[in-house]
Amino acid sequence: MEKIYLIIALSPLVGALVAGLFGKQIGRVGAHWVTNIGVGISFILSVYAFYMHVWGGLPTYDATVYTWAATDAFHFDVGFMVDRLTVLMMVVVTSVSLMVHIYTIGYMADDPGYQRFFSYISLFTFSMLMLVMANNLLQLFFGWEAVGLVSYLLIGFWYKKESAIFANLKAFILNRVGDFGFLLGIAAILMYTNTLDYATFFERLPALASVKVEYWPGVEWSLPTVIAILLFIGAMGKSAQVPLHVWLPDSMEGPTPISALIHAATMVTAGIFMVARFSPLFELSDAALSFIMVIGAITALFMGLLGIVQNDIKRVIAYSTLSQLGYMTVALGASAYSAAIFHLMTHAFFKALLFLAAGSVIIAMHHEQDIRKMGGLWKYMPVTFITFLIDSIILAVQASQLPGATFAYWAVLLGVFVTAFYTFRMFFLVFFGKERMDAHTRSHLHESPKVVTVPLILLSIPALLVGFFAIDPLLFSGFFEQAIVVMPGHDAMANLHEHYHGALAMMEHSLSSSVFWLAIAGVALSAVMYLIMPGLLPAMFAKVFAWPKRILDGAYGFDDFNNAVFGGGSRLLGRGFWRIGDVRLIDGLMVNGTADIIGATAMQWRKLQTGYLYHYAFVMILGLIGLMTWIVFLR
Amino acid sequence: MLPSSWPMLSLIVWLPIIAGIFVMWFGAGRARFARWFALASSVIVFLISLALLPGFDTHTYAMQFVERVAWIPQFGIHYHLGVDGISLPLLILTTFTTVIVIISAWEVIQEKAHQYLAAFLIMEGMMNGTFAALDAIVFYFFFEGMLIPMFVIIGIWGGPRRVYATIKFFLYTFLGSVFMLIALIYMYFKCGSFSILHMQQMPLTLAEQVLIFLAFFIAFAVKIPMWPVHTWLPDAHVEAPTGGSVILAAIMLKIGGYGFLRFSLPITPDASALLDSMIIAFSLIAIVYIGFVALVQNDMKKLVAYSSISHMGFVTLGMFVIFMIAANPLNVSGSGVRLAIEGAMVQMISHGLISAAMFLSIGVLYDRLHSRDISAYGGVVNTMPWFAAMVVVFAMANVGLPGTSGFVGEFMVILASYKANFWIALLAAFTLIIGASYTLWMVKRVIFGDVQNEGVAKLKDVNKREAWMLGSLVVLIILVGIWPNPLLDLMHATIEHLAQQALTSKL
Repeated sequence: MEKIYLIIALSPLVGALVAGLFGKQIGRVGAHWVTNIGVGISFILSVYAFYMHVWGGLPTYDATVYTWAATDAFHFDVGFMVDRLTVLMMVVVTSVSLMVHIYTIGYMADDPGYQRFFSYISLFTFSMLMLVMANNLLQLFFGWEAVGLVSYLLIGFWYKKESAIFANLKAFILNRVGDFGFLLGIAAILMYTNTLDYATFFERLPALASVKVEYWPGVEWSLPTVIAILLFIGAMGKSAQVPLHVWLPDSMEGPTPISALIHAATMVTAGIFMVARFSPLFELSDAALSFIMVIGAITALFMGLLGIVQNDIKRVIAYSTLSQLGYMTVALGASAYSAAIFHLMTHAFFKALLFLAAGSVIIAMHHEQDIRKMGGLWKYMPVTFITFLIDSIILAVQASQLPGATFAYWAVLLGVFVTAFYTFRMFFLVFFGKERMDAHTRSHLHESPKVVTVPLILLSIPALLVGFFAIDPLLFSGFFEQAIVVMPGHDAMANLHEHYHGALAMMEHSLSSSVFWLAIAGVALSAVMYLIMPGLLPAMFAKVFAWPKRILDGAYGFDDFNNAVFGGGSRLLGRGFWRIGDVRLIDGLMVNGTADIIGATAMQWRKLQTGYLYHYAFVMILGLIGLMTWIVFLR
Repeated sequence: MLPSSWPMLSLIVWLPIIAGIFVMWFGAGRARFARWFALASSVIVFLISLALLPGFDTHTYAMQFVERVAWIPQFGIHYHLGVDGISLPLLILTTFTTVIVIISAWEVIQEKAHQYLAAFLIMEGMMNGTFAALDAIVFYFFFEGMLIPMFVIIGIWGGPRRVYATIKFFLYTFLGSVFMLIALIYMYFKCGSFSILHMQQMPLTLAEQVLIFLAFFIAFAVKIPMWPVHTWLPDAHVEAPTGGSVILAAIMLKIGGYGFLRFSLPITPDASALLDSMIIAFSLIAIVYIGFVALVQNDMKKLVAYSSISHMGFVTLGMFVIFMIAANPLNVSGSGVRLAIEGAMVQMISHGLISAAMFLSIGVLYDRLHSRDISAYGGVVNTMPWFAAMVVVFAMANVGLPGTSGFVGEFMVILASYKANFWIALLAAFTLIIGASYTLWMVKRVIFGDVQNEGVAKLKDVNKREAWMLGSLVVLIILVGIWPNPLLDLMHATIEHLAQQALTSKL
């Protein structure tokens, strides 16, 4: 199997290198073939690995590929750990990636950076696979930062757009804020366990459970809490949790296939994956878990609310991604790791689908992204329309109900209503109602080409079915085995299990739950507003709720705050340090000041050397008199 | 391979100096000849330095390839050369960088090209001598000697404010080394020998150690440079021609770090332990404060110069945080000391590659548009795509992205610092944010965006010479990033011994 894992990880890298370095030589067709084949191999072998691990009875694989650095008492390795959690992620990543690769052939057909684009998305697939397949924190961090790099490159793919290159800088730096915590978490793990290897770390973990550390005089923390929160700060950056979420909506400046692959389906779920992977650690700290739950709940509700006021189709979906990531995070906080991963998986499929469908709409509309100008599209695009419908429904129903803290509970519950509302608002605006585009655009409307629609259809199958078939084994049958650890007191899943009697029964049961009715209410409200009385109600609501709407339009002011305080503040600080510290104090006062003093002293002393003989003679005589006086009288 | 009886180190030291003198003598008016001759001799020296590797025994800390003859026996001065796991990587870095610098000057330097090349060759010999010297006077001779060619390089081929910059550069570094000379002479009177290895074993009282330590500190802190004696560096960089900046950043700064390892830690371990918090504080100021200063620079070279100071903060941090690691009662296993020093070493090598790459890239742009101002550029990627791709690699290395050499040293030092104190690690890790901010903001303004002006619109992408020059650095940066272990293998034995010396009291 070792070779297979290596091929899975490396074949996208080969594709990326070939397409990136020899793009000109192999041409556009060559570039998309080499990358598609690379990712295709990865996908097929991942499915095989999945099969072998789940049904073939293969035990957890954990081995080193090579030693990155052996220094001091430590071994930093590059290696793979493949268990059921890993194979699931591998299949999700490679399948979505393959669909996106195929879709891109159509979507980017006219783009001059065609080869570069394929190179980037294959490089991304490689990085993401390195991240999920890692058997140690060093490699996890490598994958973690590498996906960040590719995200940076892809958000700024259209580098001529000022907004795009602003967005990618912002995304990178905000991710770095998260990584700052993440790296400290890694350092803490090395400090107390002397290893970065997962297996060894988990072995040594129980000894840390009762350790207390005091990083501030008088304030004691439990060590697992400190490490867990530091690592989670990394997850907050990558998985865009409040307050580090602001980069994700802006990341929509990148081409749509990227929004699907990186900023919805896979990269942003890296944080969720990481917390699930480290469940043995997080389980040791109730404080960290409730922190995670609250952050997740805030993200789920408040980012969902922002989805309501967006008019750019991609931004609506972006906020919905944020909100769904919040749901996953709440699930993590509630120790329902398998539920989080389950949601991660279904979300990956349906959100990729949603984005690709949106991309299809955008192509049809000649890169018009404002949903208010669309309308009536369904007539022209039957396939896209149906897939869009399917996953809108999934999304609305998806918002799972998880027990947790009271706040999280209400936030999550309210979030369901919000999710249903904004999703269907977008859906109704785009596909129903009057045609609002101009005549020129209309005459060009057509169903998208096959390379675009085929991935859509292929993706809609798992999006629709995977949830139904996977819920039972994934959530309640111990699918993840020892990959996920839950403490007895935290067992939310067992609680859920008591009420669970199969997938169909759950659907039936959900009909009578408050979640379902809230979702229906959300759908109904959006139907009333945008289908029945589209001319009247939205405007009226905007007027009545003018003040809250203004807050929402400003996205709670996070961007303004960051720009003013962190952006402006650090520039101000830098200028202060430079102009006052370096230029005035060090250079002006100390360096040139010393030179000036020496110069000035020398100028004074120079006056002694007048060059007149009688001056020197006079001083000599004075000296003689003085010397004689001393000899004669004072000795 | 050359026979092992050959004086390999003398070849590495003197061959470039002789070649330099030869080029200066016979190269006048024959620029083409001078270039090829200089390139050939630098490549030969590089190959000789590589030939040291197979014969180098990584299992011992003892000096290897030792040469020792009496030079001035009346004063116990010997011509004494040798390398260990600390100096060998730096030696190879020097010979490699010189090749690159000579290539970078190819058609760029037209005025007195032979003298320019000669200066670099002579300087290469001096720097090699500094790293190979085992006698304090030989060390001092080369340490001071290399200032002269650099002084000439900035003074003749430099920018408009070159006179101010050269004087500042010279006075600063010279002032520092005078104190070092006093310390060396004092130790000679104490132990009757100028051998560095003898000095390392010599017992010294705490008071003596503190004074000697401070004397060394002034010399090396200026060289590295540490805050607050760093202000000569941005000025020197801005005025220096591209090659001068490359050597300055890639090699000369390392001599300060090397000095701490060769002199301060082993000779004055107790004073180092006593004053470590001062150096740690300066290092952290360098990382954070200088990071902010770099953020607001408008001149690309100044920005990279400040970024160099900030990155060298990791070098000094890694070297002096070891005392706190060893003394931390929470660090039960006591490990982390070697991690810190090796991290500092890797950071030096890596910074040598990255800063060279950054200055060469700026040079490539400067050769075309004759401006270093960030605002004079914008949208370079449109006209120079290959160049832009390589700059992004260098920028990411500067940011410390895993998979590049820039990550390795920072990662090791941050991890080790956590073993000393949480807050030190926190402040050091701040580089993740601030380093990304200043580097990528510059990349955004210079490389990305739409074409900003006619100058950028007319830019030509890198030619073959430039592609080889930058491409070889890309390869090395990524190689060290994905597999630093061979580099670390060279150092283990030496650094283990050094850590032991540093942590053993002489009192």
